[in-house]
Amino acid sequence: MIKFDQVTKRYESGNDALKNVTFEVERGELIFLTGASGAGKSTLLRLIALIERPSRGNIIVDGRNVDRMSLRNVPKHRREIGIVFQENKLLKDLSAFDNVALPLLIAGANTQEMARRVRAALDQVGLLKKERKKPIALSTGEQQRIGIARAIVIRPKLVIADEPTGNLDPWLSLEIMKLFGRFNDIGVTMVIATHAHDLIKQINGRRIHLKNGEIVEPNDEALVF
Amino acid sequence: MNDTNNKRKIPRFSPLFHWMKLHKENCLQALFDLGKQPFNTSLTIVVIAVALALPTSLNILIQNGQNLSGGWEGMRDFSIYLKVGQKIEVAKNLAVELRQIDLIGSVELKTSDDALEEFRDSSGLNDVIDALNNNPLPHTLVIRPKNSTSLEYMESLAEELTSRQEIDIVKLDSQWLERLNAILDFLKRSMGITAAMLLLAVIIIISNTIRLEIQNRSDKIEILKLLGASNGFVRRPFLYIGFWYGAIGSLTSLIFLLAGGFLLSQPLEKIIGLYESQLQLLGLDKWAVLTLIGGGVIAGWGGAYTAVNRHLHKIEPQ
Repeated sequence: MIKFDQVTKRYESGNDALKNVTFEVERGELIFLTGASGAGKSTLLRLIALIERPSRGNIIVDGRNVDRMSLRNVPKHRREIGIVFQENKLLKDLSAFDNVALPLLIAGANTQEMARRVRAALDQVGLLKKERKKPIALSTGEQQRIGIARAIVIRPKLVIADEPTGNLDPWLSLEIMKLFGRFNDIGVTMVIATHAHDLIKQINGRRIHLKNGEIVEPNDEALVF
Repeated sequence: MNDTNNKRKIPRFSPLFHWMKLHKENCLQALFDLGKQPFNTSLTIVVIAVALALPTSLNILIQNGQNLSGGWEGMRDFSIYLKVGQKIEVAKNLAVELRQIDLIGSVELKTSDDALEEFRDSSGLNDVIDALNNNPLPHTLVIRPKNSTSLEYMESLAEELTSRQEIDIVKLDSQWLERLNAILDFLKRSMGITAAMLLLAVIIIISNTIRLEIQNRSDKIEILKLLGASNGFVRRPFLYIGFWYGAIGSLTSLIFLLAGGFLLSQPLEKIIGLYESQLQLLGLDKWAVLTLIGGGVIAGWGGAYTAVNRHLHKIEPQ
Protein backbone atom coordinates (compact mmCIF):
# COMPACT_ATOMS: atom_id res chain seq x y z
CA MET A 1 0.00 0.00 0.00
CA ILE A 2 2.80 2.39 0.95
CA LYS A 3 6.46 2.16 -0.03
CA PHE A 4 9.13 4.63 1.06
CA ASP A 5 12.42 4.10 -0.74
CA GLN A 6 15.46 6.03 0.54
CA VAL A 7 13.30 9.07 1.27
CA THR A 8 14.99 12.18 2.62
CA LYS A 9 13.24 15.41 3.51
CA ARG A 10 15.51 18.38 3.97
CA TYR A 11 14.09 21.78 4.88
CA GLU A 12 15.47 25.09 3.63
CA SER A 13 17.10 25.58 7.03
CA GLY A 14 19.30 22.56 6.22
CA ASN A 15 17.59 20.42 8.83
CA ASP A 16 16.91 16.81 7.73
CA ALA A 17 13.46 15.82 9.01
CA LEU A 18 13.81 12.38 7.41
CA LYS A 19 17.03 10.65 6.37
CA ASN A 20 17.04 7.78 3.87
CA VAL A 21 13.84 6.31 5.24
CA THR A 22 12.86 2.99 3.69
CA PHE A 23 9.85 0.90 4.69
CA GLU A 24 6.76 -0.78 3.29
CA VAL A 25 3.22 -1.01 4.57
CA GLU A 26 1.07 -3.85 3.31
CA ARG A 27 -2.57 -3.40 2.43
CA GLY A 28 -4.76 -3.74 5.53
CA GLU A 29 -1.93 -3.21 8.03
CA LEU A 30 -2.17 -1.06 11.14
CA ILE A 31 1.00 0.94 11.67
CA PHE A 32 1.93 3.01 14.69
CA LEU A 33 4.54 5.67 13.97
CA THR A 34 6.30 6.36 17.22
CA GLY A 35 9.17 8.58 18.25
CA ALA A 36 9.90 11.71 20.19
CA SER A 37 8.70 15.14 19.09
CA GLY A 38 10.70 16.22 16.06
CA ALA A 39 11.60 12.61 15.15
CA GLY A 40 9.90 13.01 11.75
CA LYS A 41 6.51 11.31 12.30
CA SER A 42 4.41 14.24 11.10
CA THR A 43 6.76 14.88 8.17
CA LEU A 44 6.34 11.28 7.06
CA LEU A 45 2.54 11.59 7.11
CA ARG A 46 2.73 14.93 5.29
CA LEU A 47 4.75 13.28 2.55
CA ILE A 48 2.10 10.56 2.16
CA ALA A 49 -0.63 13.22 1.82
CA LEU A 50 1.60 15.30 -0.49
CA ILE A 51 1.42 18.26 1.84
CA GLU A 52 5.16 18.25 1.32
CA ARG A 53 7.43 16.70 -1.31
CA PRO A 54 10.49 14.63 -0.55
CA SER A 55 13.92 16.11 -1.22
CA ARG A 56 15.16 12.69 -2.37
CA GLY A 57 13.83 9.17 -2.82
CA ASN A 58 10.58 7.62 -4.02
CA ILE A 59 7.19 7.31 -2.37
CA ILE A 60 4.62 4.91 -3.75
CA VAL A 61 1.06 5.01 -2.42
CA ASP A 62 -1.49 2.50 -3.73
CA GLY A 63 0.71 1.75 -6.73
CA ARG A 64 1.29 5.37 -7.73
CA ASN A 65 4.60 7.16 -7.53
CA VAL A 66 3.36 10.21 -5.68
CA ASP A 67 6.61 12.12 -5.26
CA ARG A 68 6.47 13.05 -8.95
CA MET A 69 2.73 13.60 -9.04
CA SER A 70 1.68 16.78 -10.85
CA LEU A 71 -0.02 19.50 -8.81
CA ARG A 72 -3.16 18.89 -10.86
CA ASN A 73 -3.46 15.32 -9.54
CA VAL A 74 -2.76 16.12 -5.88
CA PRO A 75 -6.44 16.81 -4.97
CA LYS A 76 -7.48 13.43 -6.41
CA HIS A 77 -4.72 11.72 -4.42
CA ARG A 78 -5.88 13.41 -1.21
CA ARG A 79 -9.50 12.47 -1.91
CA GLU A 80 -8.49 8.82 -1.75
CA ILE A 81 -6.87 9.12 1.70
CA GLY A 82 -8.64 9.67 4.99
CA ILE A 83 -6.73 12.17 7.11
CA VAL A 84 -7.22 12.66 10.87
CA PHE A 85 -5.52 15.59 12.60
CA GLN A 86 -4.61 16.21 16.19
CA GLU A 87 -6.56 19.48 16.23
CA ASN A 88 -9.44 17.87 14.25
CA LYS A 89 -9.67 20.77 11.73
CA LEU A 90 -13.46 21.02 11.62
CA LEU A 91 -15.28 23.94 10.04
CA LYS A 92 -16.86 25.89 12.87
CA ASP A 93 -19.85 27.21 10.91
CA LEU A 94 -20.94 23.76 9.68
CA SER A 95 -22.89 21.12 11.58
CA ALA A 96 -21.37 17.73 12.40
CA PHE A 97 -23.32 16.28 9.48
CA ASP A 98 -22.03 18.91 7.02
CA ASN A 99 -18.45 18.57 8.25
CA VAL A 100 -18.53 14.82 7.70
CA ALA A 101 -20.22 15.30 4.32
CA LEU A 102 -17.45 17.58 2.97
CA PRO A 103 -15.30 14.85 1.34
CA LEU A 104 -18.40 13.43 -0.35
CA LEU A 105 -19.48 16.88 -1.53
CA ILE A 106 -16.02 17.41 -3.01
CA ALA A 107 -16.16 13.98 -4.66
CA GLY A 108 -19.57 14.75 -6.20
CA ALA A 109 -21.57 12.07 -4.35
CA ASN A 110 -25.29 12.15 -4.97
CA THR A 111 -27.50 13.51 -2.20
CA GLN A 112 -29.09 10.26 -1.03
CA GLU A 113 -25.77 8.44 -0.97
CA MET A 114 -24.19 11.36 0.88
CA ALA A 115 -26.85 11.31 3.61
CA ARG A 116 -26.65 7.53 3.93
CA ARG A 117 -22.85 7.47 4.20
CA VAL A 118 -22.60 10.44 6.55
CA ARG A 119 -25.13 8.89 8.93
CA ALA A 120 -23.34 5.55 8.76
CA ALA A 121 -20.01 7.22 9.58
CA LEU A 122 -21.54 9.22 12.44
CA ASP A 123 -23.13 6.03 13.72
CA GLN A 124 -19.76 4.29 13.64
CA VAL A 125 -18.23 6.97 15.86
CA GLY A 126 -21.34 7.05 18.09
CA LEU A 127 -22.47 10.58 17.24
CA LEU A 128 -25.49 10.04 15.04
CA LYS A 129 -27.73 11.81 17.54
CA LYS A 130 -25.54 14.91 17.38
CA GLU A 131 -25.49 15.32 13.59
CA ARG A 132 -27.06 18.81 13.76
CA LYS A 133 -24.68 20.13 16.42
CA LYS A 134 -21.92 22.54 15.49
CA PRO A 135 -18.37 21.76 16.65
CA ILE A 136 -18.53 24.40 19.36
CA ALA A 137 -21.41 22.51 20.98
CA LEU A 138 -19.38 19.28 21.10
CA SER A 139 -16.71 18.14 23.53
CA THR A 140 -13.07 17.78 22.39
CA GLY A 141 -13.47 14.02 22.22
CA GLU A 142 -16.65 14.33 20.16
CA GLN A 143 -14.97 16.80 17.82
CA GLN A 144 -12.16 14.32 17.29
CA ARG A 145 -14.66 11.58 16.54
CA ILE A 146 -16.35 13.87 13.98
CA GLY A 147 -12.90 14.32 12.41
CA ILE A 148 -12.53 10.54 12.25
CA ALA A 149 -16.02 10.14 10.76
CA ARG A 150 -15.02 12.65 8.09
CA ALA A 151 -11.88 10.63 7.32
CA ILE A 152 -13.73 7.34 6.92
CA VAL A 153 -16.88 8.60 5.19
CA ILE A 154 -15.35 8.13 1.73
CA ARG A 155 -14.38 4.57 2.78
CA PRO A 156 -10.74 5.10 1.95
CA LYS A 157 -8.25 2.29 1.54
CA LEU A 158 -5.79 4.28 3.62
CA VAL A 159 -6.24 6.45 6.70
CA ILE A 160 -3.41 8.50 8.17
CA ALA A 161 -3.72 10.08 11.58
CA ASP A 162 -1.36 12.57 13.18
CA GLU A 163 -1.49 12.41 16.99
CA PRO A 164 -5.26 11.78 16.94
CA THR A 165 -5.39 11.34 20.73
CA GLY A 166 -2.99 14.14 21.60
CA ASN A 167 -5.69 16.36 23.13
CA LEU A 168 -7.77 13.63 24.74
CA ASP A 169 -7.88 12.01 28.16
CA PRO A 170 -6.70 8.38 28.48
CA TRP A 171 -10.19 6.88 28.43
CA LEU A 172 -11.21 8.77 25.26
CA SER A 173 -7.85 8.01 23.70
CA LEU A 174 -8.44 4.29 24.16
CA GLU A 175 -11.91 4.63 22.61
CA ILE A 176 -10.45 6.40 19.58
CA MET A 177 -7.70 3.79 19.19
CA LYS A 178 -10.27 0.99 19.42
CA LEU A 179 -12.22 2.80 16.69
CA PHE A 180 -9.15 2.78 14.46
CA GLY A 181 -8.69 -0.90 15.30
CA ARG A 182 -12.26 -1.61 14.11
CA PHE A 183 -11.65 0.19 10.80
CA ASN A 184 -8.48 -1.80 10.35
CA ASP A 185 -10.47 -4.99 10.97
CA ILE A 186 -12.59 -4.23 7.91
CA GLY A 187 -9.50 -3.86 5.71
CA VAL A 188 -8.55 -0.17 5.97
CA THR A 189 -4.80 0.44 6.05
CA MET A 190 -4.03 2.68 9.02
CA VAL A 191 -0.91 4.75 9.70
CA ILE A 192 -1.12 6.47 13.06
CA ALA A 193 1.52 8.78 14.49
CA THR A 194 1.24 8.73 18.25
CA HIS A 195 2.93 9.34 21.57
CA ALA A 196 0.42 7.15 23.39
CA HIS A 197 2.70 4.18 24.03
CA ASP A 198 0.41 2.65 26.65
CA LEU A 199 -2.43 2.51 24.11
CA ILE A 200 -0.30 0.89 21.45
CA LYS A 201 0.19 -2.11 23.66
CA GLN A 202 -3.58 -2.64 23.75
CA ILE A 203 -4.08 -2.54 19.98
CA ASN A 204 -2.72 -5.10 17.58
CA GLY A 205 -0.45 -3.28 15.12
CA ARG A 206 3.11 -2.91 13.83
CA ARG A 207 5.38 -0.15 15.09
CA ILE A 208 7.73 1.95 13.03
CA HIS A 209 9.94 3.90 15.36
CA LEU A 210 11.65 7.11 14.25
CA LYS A 211 14.58 8.80 15.90
CA ASN A 212 16.11 11.97 14.48
CA GLY A 213 14.54 11.29 11.09
CA GLU A 214 15.68 7.68 10.81
CA ILE A 215 13.89 4.40 11.39
CA VAL A 216 15.34 2.56 14.35
CA GLU A 217 14.40 -0.57 16.20
CA PRO A 218 11.87 0.26 18.91
CA ASN A 219 12.72 -0.52 22.49
CA ASP A 220 11.00 0.14 25.75
CA GLU A 221 13.13 3.19 26.49
CA ALA A 222 12.14 4.72 23.23
CA LEU A 223 8.53 4.73 24.33
CA VAL A 224 9.21 6.63 27.50
CA PHE A 225 9.04 10.36 26.74
CA MET B 1 -12.12 -7.95 -2.90
CA ASN B 2 -14.48 -6.84 -5.67
CA ASP B 3 -17.25 -6.54 -3.11
CA THR B 4 -15.01 -4.31 -0.97
CA ASN B 5 -14.18 -2.12 -3.98
CA ASN B 6 -17.86 -1.80 -4.87
CA LYS B 7 -18.61 -0.66 -1.32
CA ARG B 8 -15.89 1.96 -1.55
CA LYS B 9 -17.07 3.31 -4.89
CA ILE B 10 -19.14 6.46 -4.36
CA PRO B 11 -22.32 6.74 -6.45
CA ARG B 12 -21.87 10.16 -8.01
CA PHE B 13 -23.96 12.66 -9.86
CA SER B 14 -23.08 13.03 -13.54
CA PRO B 15 -20.16 15.51 -13.85
CA LEU B 16 -22.38 18.10 -15.56
CA PHE B 17 -25.13 17.79 -12.95
CA HIS B 18 -22.56 17.95 -10.14
CA TRP B 19 -20.98 21.05 -11.73
CA MET B 20 -24.35 22.77 -12.11
CA LYS B 21 -25.39 21.80 -8.57
CA LEU B 22 -22.19 23.24 -7.10
CA HIS B 23 -22.61 26.45 -9.12
CA LYS B 24 -26.18 26.84 -7.89
CA GLU B 25 -25.21 26.16 -4.29
CA ASN B 26 -22.16 28.43 -4.39
CA CYS B 27 -24.17 31.20 -6.05
CA LEU B 28 -26.86 31.15 -3.35
CA GLN B 29 -24.36 30.60 -0.51
CA ALA B 30 -22.32 33.63 -1.66
CA LEU B 31 -25.44 35.81 -1.53
CA PHE B 32 -26.25 34.42 1.92
CA ASP B 33 -22.67 35.10 3.10
CA LEU B 34 -22.88 38.73 1.92
CA GLY B 35 -26.12 39.09 3.87
CA LYS B 36 -24.37 37.96 7.04
CA GLN B 37 -22.29 41.17 7.05
CA PRO B 38 -24.88 43.75 6.03
CA PHE B 39 -22.92 46.87 7.03
CA ASN B 40 -19.63 45.97 5.31
CA THR B 41 -21.45 44.59 2.28
CA SER B 42 -23.60 47.72 1.96
CA LEU B 43 -20.58 50.02 2.15
CA THR B 44 -18.76 48.12 -0.59
CA ILE B 45 -21.87 48.02 -2.76
CA VAL B 46 -22.48 51.76 -2.40
CA VAL B 47 -18.87 52.50 -3.41
CA ILE B 48 -19.24 50.24 -6.46
CA ALA B 49 -22.61 51.81 -7.29
CA VAL B 50 -21.22 55.35 -7.15
CA ALA B 51 -18.22 54.35 -9.28
CA LEU B 52 -20.56 52.86 -11.91
CA ALA B 53 -23.15 55.65 -11.71
CA LEU B 54 -20.66 58.47 -12.33
CA PRO B 55 -19.61 57.59 -15.91
CA THR B 56 -23.15 56.51 -16.75
CA SER B 57 -24.62 59.82 -15.64
CA LEU B 58 -21.89 61.67 -17.53
CA ASN B 59 -22.80 59.63 -20.59
CA ILE B 60 -26.47 60.57 -20.24
CA LEU B 61 -25.45 64.20 -19.90
CA ILE B 62 -23.37 64.05 -23.08
CA GLN B 63 -26.13 62.24 -24.97
CA ASN B 64 -28.56 64.98 -23.99
CA GLY B 65 -25.98 67.57 -25.03
CA GLN B 66 -25.66 65.91 -28.41
CA ASN B 67 -29.42 65.70 -28.68
CA LEU B 68 -29.58 69.38 -27.91
CA SER B 69 -26.92 70.29 -30.47
CA GLY B 70 -28.68 67.97 -32.96
CA GLY B 71 -31.83 70.03 -32.37
CA TRP B 72 -29.81 73.09 -33.20
CA GLU B 73 -28.53 71.67 -36.50
CA GLY B 74 -30.86 74.14 -38.18
CA MET B 75 -28.66 76.85 -36.79
CA ARG B 76 -25.89 75.65 -39.07
CA ASP B 77 -28.11 76.91 -41.91
CA PHE B 78 -26.98 80.04 -43.67
CA SER B 79 -29.04 82.46 -45.67
CA ILE B 80 -28.27 84.13 -48.97
CA TYR B 81 -30.10 87.41 -49.55
CA LEU B 82 -30.20 88.44 -53.20
CA LYS B 83 -30.18 92.09 -54.08
CA VAL B 84 -33.67 93.65 -54.06
CA GLY B 85 -35.21 93.64 -57.52
CA GLN B 86 -33.44 90.54 -58.80
CA LYS B 87 -35.66 88.36 -61.01
CA ILE B 88 -36.99 85.10 -59.58
CA GLU B 89 -35.19 83.16 -62.37
CA VAL B 90 -31.85 84.37 -61.01
CA ALA B 91 -32.73 82.97 -57.58
CA LYS B 92 -33.96 79.68 -59.11
CA ASN B 93 -30.79 79.26 -61.18
CA LEU B 94 -28.62 79.92 -58.13
CA ALA B 95 -30.64 77.34 -56.17
CA VAL B 96 -30.09 74.73 -58.92
CA GLU B 97 -26.38 75.53 -58.96
CA LEU B 98 -26.03 75.19 -55.20
CA ARG B 99 -28.01 71.92 -55.05
CA GLN B 100 -25.34 70.34 -57.25
CA ILE B 101 -22.71 70.80 -54.55
CA ASP B 102 -22.22 67.51 -52.65
CA LEU B 103 -21.59 69.13 -49.29
CA ILE B 104 -24.90 70.95 -49.34
CA GLY B 105 -27.88 69.05 -47.99
CA SER B 106 -30.75 71.23 -49.08
CA VAL B 107 -31.52 74.59 -50.63
CA GLU B 108 -34.83 76.29 -49.95
CA LEU B 109 -35.95 79.24 -51.98
CA LYS B 110 -38.05 81.88 -50.29
CA THR B 111 -39.33 84.38 -52.81
CA SER B 112 -39.76 88.01 -51.86
CA ASP B 113 -43.56 87.54 -52.08
CA ASP B 114 -43.45 84.57 -49.68
CA ALA B 115 -41.30 86.58 -47.31
CA LEU B 116 -43.70 89.50 -47.39
CA GLU B 117 -46.70 87.23 -46.71
CA GLU B 118 -44.83 85.65 -43.82
CA PHE B 119 -44.00 89.07 -42.45
CA ARG B 120 -47.61 90.16 -42.84
CA ASP B 121 -48.84 87.12 -40.87
CA SER B 122 -46.32 87.37 -38.08
CA SER B 123 -46.24 91.18 -37.66
CA GLY B 124 -49.91 92.13 -38.03
CA LEU B 125 -48.83 95.31 -39.85
CA ASN B 126 -51.24 94.71 -42.75
CA ASP B 127 -52.05 98.37 -43.33
CA VAL B 128 -48.43 99.41 -43.47
CA ILE B 129 -47.55 96.56 -45.85
CA ASP B 130 -50.52 97.36 -48.09
CA ALA B 131 -49.35 100.96 -48.27
CA LEU B 132 -46.02 99.95 -49.80
CA ASN B 133 -45.59 100.64 -53.50
CA ASN B 134 -43.35 97.69 -54.10
CA ASN B 135 -41.96 94.72 -52.18
CA PRO B 136 -38.83 95.79 -50.24
CA LEU B 137 -37.81 92.25 -49.39
CA PRO B 138 -35.28 90.24 -51.45
CA HIS B 139 -35.47 86.65 -52.66
CA THR B 140 -33.73 84.44 -50.11
CA LEU B 141 -32.03 81.04 -50.33
CA VAL B 142 -31.77 79.04 -47.09
CA ILE B 143 -28.83 76.63 -47.35
CA ARG B 144 -28.55 73.64 -45.00
CA PRO B 145 -25.16 71.99 -45.24
CA LYS B 146 -24.73 68.27 -44.64
CA ASN B 147 -23.70 67.22 -41.08
CA SER B 148 -20.24 66.28 -42.28
CA THR B 149 -19.64 69.66 -43.85
CA SER B 150 -16.93 71.57 -42.03
CA LEU B 151 -17.18 75.15 -40.86
CA GLU B 152 -14.12 76.04 -42.98
CA TYR B 153 -15.89 74.92 -46.15
CA MET B 154 -19.02 76.83 -45.27
CA GLU B 155 -16.98 79.98 -44.60
CA SER B 156 -15.15 79.72 -47.92
CA LEU B 157 -18.43 79.07 -49.77
CA ALA B 158 -20.00 82.10 -48.07
CA GLU B 159 -17.03 84.25 -49.06
CA GLU B 160 -17.23 83.11 -52.68
CA LEU B 161 -20.99 83.74 -52.83
CA THR B 162 -20.64 87.22 -51.29
CA SER B 163 -18.44 88.28 -54.21
CA ARG B 164 -21.21 87.55 -56.72
CA GLN B 165 -22.97 90.50 -58.27
CA GLU B 166 -26.56 89.30 -57.72
CA ILE B 167 -26.02 88.56 -54.01
CA ASP B 168 -26.36 91.19 -51.33
CA ILE B 169 -25.57 89.41 -48.03
CA VAL B 170 -24.57 85.90 -46.94
CA LYS B 171 -25.35 85.34 -43.29
CA LEU B 172 -23.34 82.60 -41.60
CA ASP B 173 -23.34 82.24 -37.80
CA SER B 174 -22.66 78.67 -36.71
CA GLN B 175 -19.20 78.84 -35.23
CA TRP B 176 -20.54 78.59 -31.68
CA LEU B 177 -22.26 75.33 -32.59
CA GLU B 178 -19.00 73.88 -33.89
CA ARG B 179 -17.40 74.87 -30.60
CA LEU B 180 -20.21 73.18 -28.67
CA ASN B 181 -19.75 69.99 -30.70
CA ALA B 182 -15.99 70.12 -30.08
CA ILE B 183 -16.65 70.43 -26.34
CA LEU B 184 -19.10 67.53 -26.49
CA ASP B 185 -16.51 65.42 -28.35
CA PHE B 186 -13.95 66.28 -25.70
CA LEU B 187 -16.40 65.39 -22.92
CA LYS B 188 -17.24 62.14 -24.67
CA ARG B 189 -13.59 61.12 -24.71
CA SER B 190 -13.14 62.25 -21.14
CA MET B 191 -16.16 60.16 -20.20
CA GLY B 192 -14.57 57.13 -21.88
CA ILE B 193 -11.36 57.61 -19.92
CA THR B 194 -13.27 58.24 -16.66
CA ALA B 195 -15.43 55.17 -17.25
CA ALA B 196 -12.33 53.02 -17.84
CA MET B 197 -10.65 54.38 -14.70
CA LEU B 198 -13.73 53.90 -12.54
CA LEU B 199 -14.26 50.39 -13.90
CA LEU B 200 -10.66 49.67 -12.95
CA ALA B 201 -11.40 51.11 -9.51
CA VAL B 202 -14.42 48.78 -9.20
CA ILE B 203 -12.23 45.81 -10.15
CA ILE B 204 -9.64 46.85 -7.54
CA ILE B 205 -12.29 47.39 -4.84
CA ILE B 206 -13.81 43.97 -5.47
CA SER B 207 -10.40 42.35 -5.78
CA ASN B 208 -9.37 43.80 -2.42
CA THR B 209 -12.64 42.75 -0.79
CA ILE B 210 -12.17 39.20 -2.08
CA ARG B 211 -8.55 39.22 -0.86
CA LEU B 212 -9.83 39.97 2.65
CA GLU B 213 -12.45 37.23 2.30
CA ILE B 214 -9.73 34.77 1.30
CA GLN B 215 -7.65 35.78 4.31
CA ASN B 216 -10.66 35.41 6.62
CA ARG B 217 -11.39 31.97 5.25
CA SER B 218 -7.82 30.70 5.06
CA ASP B 219 -8.52 27.97 7.65
CA LYS B 220 -11.46 26.72 5.65
CA ILE B 221 -9.48 26.82 2.40
CA GLU B 222 -6.67 24.85 4.02
CA ILE B 223 -9.08 22.19 5.28
CA LEU B 224 -10.82 21.92 1.92
CA LYS B 225 -7.49 21.48 0.16
CA LEU B 226 -6.50 18.81 2.68
CA LEU B 227 -9.71 16.97 1.92
CA GLY B 228 -8.86 16.98 -1.78
CA ALA B 229 -10.84 19.96 -3.06
CA SER B 230 -9.68 21.10 -6.48
CA ASN B 231 -8.69 24.72 -7.09
CA GLY B 232 -11.95 25.21 -8.97
CA PHE B 233 -13.96 23.97 -5.99
CA VAL B 234 -12.16 26.35 -3.63
CA ARG B 235 -12.22 29.27 -6.08
CA ARG B 236 -15.90 29.14 -7.06
CA PRO B 237 -17.49 30.66 -3.91
CA PHE B 238 -15.20 33.69 -4.17
CA LEU B 239 -16.05 34.20 -7.84
CA TYR B 240 -19.72 34.24 -6.92
CA ILE B 241 -19.09 36.78 -4.16
CA GLY B 242 -17.47 38.99 -6.82
CA PHE B 243 -20.38 38.31 -9.14
CA TRP B 244 -22.91 39.43 -6.53
CA TYR B 245 -20.91 42.54 -5.62
CA GLY B 246 -20.86 43.53 -9.29
CA ALA B 247 -24.51 42.66 -9.93
CA ILE B 248 -25.92 44.29 -6.80
CA GLY B 249 -23.54 47.25 -7.20
CA SER B 250 -24.73 47.87 -10.78
CA LEU B 251 -28.40 47.49 -9.79
CA THR B 252 -27.84 49.97 -6.97
CA SER B 253 -26.19 52.40 -9.39
CA LEU B 254 -29.25 52.01 -11.61
CA ILE B 255 -31.46 52.99 -8.67
CA PHE B 256 -29.20 56.01 -8.01
CA LEU B 257 -29.47 57.06 -11.66
CA LEU B 258 -33.24 56.63 -11.79
CA ALA B 259 -33.62 58.57 -8.54
CA GLY B 260 -31.31 61.31 -9.84
CA GLY B 261 -33.23 61.43 -13.12
CA PHE B 262 -36.53 61.68 -11.26
CA LEU B 263 -35.28 64.51 -9.04
CA LEU B 264 -33.75 66.49 -11.94
CA SER B 265 -36.39 65.92 -14.63
CA GLN B 266 -38.87 68.51 -13.37
CA PRO B 267 -36.46 71.46 -13.06
CA LEU B 268 -34.88 70.54 -16.41
CA GLU B 269 -38.23 70.39 -18.15
CA LYS B 270 -38.99 73.78 -16.67
CA ILE B 271 -35.77 75.21 -18.14
CA ILE B 272 -36.52 73.65 -21.52
CA GLY B 273 -40.04 75.05 -21.36
CA LEU B 274 -38.71 78.54 -20.66
CA TYR B 275 -36.63 78.32 -23.86
CA GLU B 276 -39.70 77.08 -25.77
CA SER B 277 -37.70 74.12 -26.97
CA GLN B 278 -39.22 70.84 -28.13
CA LEU B 279 -36.21 68.95 -26.80
CA GLN B 280 -36.98 65.54 -25.30
CA LEU B 281 -34.73 64.55 -22.39
CA LEU B 282 -32.88 61.28 -22.91
CA GLY B 283 -32.62 58.79 -20.05
CA LEU B 284 -31.26 55.25 -19.77
CA ASP B 285 -32.24 53.08 -22.71
CA LYS B 286 -32.30 49.29 -22.47
CA TRP B 287 -28.81 48.97 -23.97
CA ALA B 288 -27.39 51.37 -21.40
CA VAL B 289 -29.06 49.35 -18.62
CA LEU B 290 -27.71 46.09 -20.04
CA THR B 291 -24.22 47.59 -20.45
CA LEU B 292 -24.29 48.91 -16.89
CA ILE B 293 -25.35 45.59 -15.34
CA GLY B 294 -23.11 43.55 -17.67
CA GLY B 295 -20.15 45.83 -16.94
CA GLY B 296 -20.78 45.53 -13.19
CA VAL B 297 -21.00 41.75 -13.32
CA ILE B 298 -17.89 41.42 -15.49
CA ALA B 299 -15.97 43.80 -13.22
CA GLY B 300 -17.12 41.84 -10.15
CA TRP B 301 -16.23 38.47 -11.58
CA GLY B 302 -12.96 39.83 -13.01
CA GLY B 303 -11.95 41.43 -9.72
CA ALA B 304 -12.68 38.23 -7.83
CA TYR B 305 -10.81 36.14 -10.38
CA THR B 306 -7.75 38.41 -10.13
CA ALA B 307 -7.73 38.19 -6.32
CA VAL B 308 -8.32 34.45 -6.24
CA ASN B 309 -5.56 33.75 -8.75
CA ARG B 310 -3.15 35.95 -6.83
CA HIS B 311 -3.87 34.78 -3.30
CA LEU B 312 -5.39 31.30 -3.31
CA HIS B 313 -2.24 29.41 -4.22
CA LYS B 314 -0.51 30.98 -1.21
CA ILE B 315 -2.80 29.06 1.13
CA GLU B 316 -1.64 25.47 1.24
CA PRO B 317 -2.17 22.86 3.94
CA GLN B 318 0.39 23.08 6.72
